[in-house]
Amino acid sequence: MRELSMHLMDIIENSIKADADLVIITIEENKAENNLTITVKDDGKGMDKEFLQRVFDPFVTSRTTRRVGLGLPLLKAAAERCGGKVEITSAPNLGTQVKACFQHQHIDRAPMGNLAETLTAVIVGNPKVDFVYTHITPKGRYVLDTRIIKETLDGINISHPKVVEWIKKNIAEGLKKINGGVDE
Amino acid sequence: MIKSLEELKRIRDEVKKATKVREGMKGTRIVVGMGTCGISAGAREVMSAVLDELRKRDIDDVVVTQTGCIGFCKYEPLMDVIKPGEEKVTYVNLTPEKARRVVVEHIVNGRVVKEYIVPNL
Ligand SMILES: Nc1ncnc2c1ncn2[C@@H]1O[C@H](COP(=O)(O)OP(=O)(O)OP(=O)(O)O)[C@@H](O)[C@H]1O
Ligand SMILES: [Mg+2]
Repeated sequence: MRELSMHLMDIIENSIKADADLVIITIEENKAENNLTITVKDDGKGMDKEFLQRVFDPFVTSRTTRRVGLGLPLLKAAAERCGGKVEITSAPNLGTQVKACFQHQHIDRAPMGNLAETLTAVIVGNPKVDFVYTHITPKGRYVLDTRIIKETLDGINISHPKVVEWIKKNIAEGLKKINGGVDE
Repeated sequence: MIKSLEELKRIRDEVKKATKVREGMKGTRIVVGMGTCGISAGAREVMSAVLDELRKRDIDDVVVTQTGCIGFCKYEPLMDVIKPGEEKVTYVNLTPEKARRVVVEHIVNGRVVKEYIVPNL
């Protein structure tokens, strides 16, 4: 995958497949410390210890439509290519946390890609799931919580074009303020 | 986020007040495949194009959602168009441009874009 935001979308997809109701996405960036960390935490069905140990093996998957699972192996490769790593913790019935660390300034780090567009697609495309997205840079912190959005909307569909536009703009402007998600 | 919640409230009230010009789309759904294969083949761009085309045409009662990989990886990006009372139509190997055309032809004009479908899928 060309961009980290595509990997992000893909690990969120795993959470959704695991029947998560709430997905907590945290991105922490610090160029001076050469750190970029993406964490996705869910309250889905989780994995047991034995499964977890083999989860980076492409032939380990609970899919029935295809015999290989590529999402996590690809993420691991993307992290290791730039001196990073992926850590997963999980417990059956409690949930899963996937934490991917990258060297921010490494020449082989994939670009972030368009986070506003990616998260908007994920939020709108999964109206029954809630998301809390936090982005932290040395300049500050941006938080988007779909539970608050849905409460405010009071029954209006989240995929209403005007709402979609608001979400996208909110993320783009929020990130701009803290200089987040940009690759120069 | 908090500051512009006021703006969101305004949008909500506007939407609630707006009298429906067109009721025809009610119940129409678009489902975009977003598995690993779909995402790497450009499903996010397809989804964004669909949302943008609906916005441009002021269509606000079509629901656009995602689904994981359904196993037709070589046909990704793909999406289903589901209209009430009609059979589901699966469009394959989409690009943002093709997806926009599906919105115009199928959603608005009610004509299936035959070039983008695979028979018997
Ligand atoms: N958040 C999660 N919660 C529970 N199980 C998970 C989670 N993420 C991954 N898994 C398990 O790990 C397996 C491997 O995940 P991976 O993303 O590598 O492949 P996949 O999702 O099966 O297929 P693909 O990503 O190629 O569509 C999954 O099939 C699932 O069983
Ligand atoms: Mg996956």
